[in-house]
Amino acid sequence: MKTPLPCSALKGKDGVTAQVPAFVAHGRQPGQSLHDLTKDALALSYTDETRERLRMLDRPPFGVVWDDEHLKLRDQGAAIRREVLAHLDDYLAQFIERVEAAGGHVHRAATAAQARAIITTIARDNDVKLAVKSKSMVTEEIELNAHLESQGIAVVETDLGEHIIQLRGERPSQLVGPATHLSTQDVADLFHDIGEDIEARPEPLAESTRTRLRPDFRDADMGITGVNFGAADTGTLVIVSNEGNVDLAVTHPRVHVAVMGMERLIPRLADIGTMVPLLCYAAADHVTTAYQTLITGPARAHESDGPQALHVVILDNGRDAMRSTEYSEALACIRCGNCQMSCPVFKALGGGHGYGSVYGGPIGAVISPLLGVPGKHDDLPFLCSLCGACADACPAKIPLPDLLLKLRVRATHEATGPAAALEKTVWRTFARTWTWPFTYRLMVEGARLAGRLVPSSLLARLPLARDWANGRALPPISLAGNLRRTAKRHRKGDRHE
Amino acid sequence: MKKVALFSTCIADFAAPGPATAAKDVLTRLGWDVEVPTRQSCCGQPALNSGFPDEAAKLVTSWLDTFSRYEHVVTIAGSCAAMLLHHGPELVAKRRHKPFPKLWEFSQFLVEHHPDIKLHFDARVTYHDSCHMTRMLGERTTPRQVLSKVDGLTLVEMADSDTCCGFGGTFSVKFPEVSTAMADMKLGTVQETAADYLVSSDPGCLTHLAARAKDQKKNVKTLHLAELVQMALREDGSA
Repeated sequence: MKTPLPCSALKGKDGVTAQVPAFVAHGRQPGQSLHDLTKDALALSYTDETRERLRMLDRPPFGVVWDDEHLKLRDQGAAIRREVLAHLDDYLAQFIERVEAAGGHVHRAATAAQARAIITTIARDNDVKLAVKSKSMVTEEIELNAHLESQGIAVVETDLGEHIIQLRGERPSQLVGPATHLSTQDVADLFHDIGEDIEARPEPLAESTRTRLRPDFRDADMGITGVNFGAADTGTLVIVSNEGNVDLAVTHPRVHVAVMGMERLIPRLADIGTMVPLLCYAAADHVTTAYQTLITGPARAHESDGPQALHVVILDNGRDAMRSTEYSEALACIRCGNCQMSCPVFKALGGGHGYGSVYGGPIGAVISPLLGVPGKHDDLPFLCSLCGACADACPAKIPLPDLLLKLRVRATHEATGPAAALEKTVWRTFARTWTWPFTYRLMVEGARLAGRLVPSSLLARLPLARDWANGRALPPISLAGNLRRTAKRHRKGDRHE
Repeated sequence: MKKVALFSTCIADFAAPGPATAAKDVLTRLGWDVEVPTRQSCCGQPALNSGFPDEAAKLVTSWLDTFSRYEHVVTIAGSCAAMLLHHGPELVAKRRHKPFPKLWEFSQFLVEHHPDIKLHFDARVTYHDSCHMTRMLGERTTPRQVLSKVDGLTLVEMADSDTCCGFGGTFSVKFPEVSTAMADMKLGTVQETAADYLVSSDPGCLTHLAARAKDQKKNVKTLHLAELVQMALREDGSA
């Protein structure tokens, strides 16, 4: 039985006809291999179009170029993030003290489940029936919406992109552009399904959304936001947006709940002079966003706007443990999405859904194995050609390819079962046979012989060759060893030591 | 005659002997005594990228056993050079190993030692900046410097010339569909240039792209920079 939603923006949602596969709605399914997931993502009807859109956005005039001015900004920003991470406990303590001094409540959540429980309790205590939300990846990480809805609390996403994917019942496909996998026509079709016939242009589509969202902003009891930066010296929450929805979500409702990862701090409020332009440049080649919302505490007694209560939920969910590992630099991330936009694998897959995790792309492949339930995304670091474009793209100078490589090592160390045992044996044998000139040469000659005697149609059925031949011609292995034969006369010069 | 050792790489042994053979010929014609040590095999990158650093370290140690004694080592794979120079020292740090020799990627060696090389080749070519050579080895300029020395050659830059071709070593067989989708993006930008040849400095990328082009019946001719130089080297070319 469906209870009618007490909200305006999602009216007609039941009429949405878009067919959404389970992995797009909920991520990787139990038993679904990562390889199969990538195949499913590639097979989506809109993937080719998304790929072209992502490529276009990564090129001039849209793509991010680190010129001298921005390289300087990047150096400064990366240093600020390192400063925070080096003294995170101190800055957290200071931040919490300042938030509380300003009249806010601070909650620490060790896990996603704890964060959900904390927010549900706040909602119940305040008799919340409708919550409006601004865009927030951390609330995706803790799967907040589904949980609140299961508790009878309606949730309305108010960012345009988030609104679109909420109607379709999908996960975000990119960090800052959650609906980047959809075209304006897709959105017009979606709005048609909910009874709104709008021209397929961004402005009228946004206008329609604005109109439908208005009553929800008015009626909402709670506003839920993420936090881009928390200033430790003032306890100020910094949230950037382009649509003005954050301002509405944090001023009109009675209660404001801000959810943030524990690493999302800056030492000084003044650091937004560096961090906001850096984030906006890396995310969208912008100088700044249209709106910067700075919140220090709930409404004061003499203020007419603002919530009566401010709750800041600080999430760990694996972050604290990351600090003492060789992957700690991933905590410097400011969630701009530029590594995703630079990533050829991300583009080929048509966005983040093919990763099956909340966070896709390079940073997603690094943090997803480290956040939340262990073991769920350990193979993600392998979904990468190690091209290194993400390291160049990152405004926080996170050495993403090196971290991906380290996480591969971790994954193979921790892997169990017959397939893992076989792989270990394969590489051990590789190291042994390829360091002995005799056995290596034997393998080269074996390949040459196979290339000459075995038809390529048969060769293409062998393990490895089979995977290579999936969409590619086999190389002429009958030529294996050719170079060595012609170079034989130099053998004398190669003394064994 | 000055001696140089050629690190031909396992790709030359198993899949693409052309680039290393060409490099050997070019260097010989330029007056070098080129040795191709027979006990060489691989830089160890496949093991490292698969998450097996200990096994990779054994290959690097063995590589040093083979190449340490040479004053100059030249390789035709930017990726293998980057692997040895970027990851090599850390991998073998805790093992007994011989010192690293001076390792050159082919185009680097040419630009340094033969700045006045005379080359002629009538063709329109486009150049693919391979990932590891560009971003790990940090070399973007020497291949284009070599190309700029070729009379009759027109370089037509493709869009996204430094975007990955999708090879990625074991990635290409772990996720073949993603890998070939990436190859198609690359081949598309190559075809947009209407160049006669796709040139690069990594036999891995070229093998992958040629294999995909053949499968898709796309008319893209690949050429390693060493192969191009071999064809372009005039009889009187030694500078």
